[in-house]
Amino acid sequence: MEKLIIAGREFESRLFLGTGKFSSNELMQKAIEASGTEMVTLAMKRVELDDKQDDMLLHTLLPGIQLLPNTSGVRDAEEAVFAAQMAREAFGTNWLKLEIHPDPRYLLPDSTETLKATQMLVKEGFIVLPYCQADPTLCKHLEEAGAAAVMPLGAPIGTNKGLQTRDFLRIIIEQSNVPVVVDAGIGAPSHAAEAMEMGASACLVNTAIAVAGDPVAMSVAFKEAVIAGRRAYEAGLGAVSDSFTAEASSPLTAFLND
Amino acid sequence: MKISVNNKETVTEARNIADLAVELELPSDGIAIAVDNKMVKRSEWENTTLEENAKVLIIKAACGG
Repeated sequence: MEKLIIAGREFESRLFLGTGKFSSNELMQKAIEASGTEMVTLAMKRVELDDKQDDMLLHTLLPGIQLLPNTSGVRDAEEAVFAAQMAREAFGTNWLKLEIHPDPRYLLPDSTETLKATQMLVKEGFIVLPYCQADPTLCKHLEEAGAAAVMPLGAPIGTNKGLQTRDFLRIIIEQSNVPVVVDAGIGAPSHAAEAMEMGASACLVNTAIAVAGDPVAMSVAFKEAVIAGRRAYEAGLGAVSDSFTAEASSPLTAFLND
Repeated sequence: MKISVNNKETVTEARNIADLAVELELPSDGIAIAVDNKMVKRSEWENTTLEENAKVLIIKAACGG
């Protein structure tokens, strides 16, 4: 399988994992390890001074894993830049999942602020992977602004609805010169496989794994689906017939008669 | 002096951010500190004096997608 390269870094795995919603940090770490992922997202929160809780960061600082801090909680480009600076300082990486979704009901990314923030953050030396609408024109603008990859949504965050935006994802993949990572909405391994068969560079999955009956087993299922989908894409899928009639794959000569 | 740490009014003896980090027993890594909405690099903690009513924000990692 072809390796994924983002901002000069090679990735064997094309599955990125989110760390939200797991019932414990231990379970999250096991899912990360079982998935074979090399890219893991994390968020930020205020330190509670009297809280001596287990630090989730320790469960993500694993060999071969690139941390991808996100800017969840910011409402505009200016706040995103501040959050990015805090993330770089705290986690020692300039990789960033830029996400600006001021509306808590739909959590849909604000395209204007996302583009503005990408331009600002690239100038500050960040490797920016913006979570964005499945809008081909926007994705071109993000690419021109210097985004290291684009991360269009398949469906709203946490809905597990799959590739509701599939026609637009196809256009984005076709015209993109940077990796396209399908983020949000992927709810089943079959959705991930479909995205990869379409030619997506990677999938970012969180909820579907974290809330599964067995998150560790589900992370393996996603790992295999992403590999299968990518292999199928690289192998070249057969054409889909537009006819209503069958096309025989066995010889139709009637060898039992005459 | 009175300052606010993560929106909580706090009385501190610390004169700079490095002292405050010690006073609050903050972990040695995995955190970032901002004063009045400006991130302060760790290398600048000692040189960044705290003023009365300063708004200090301290963040760490959280689970998230």
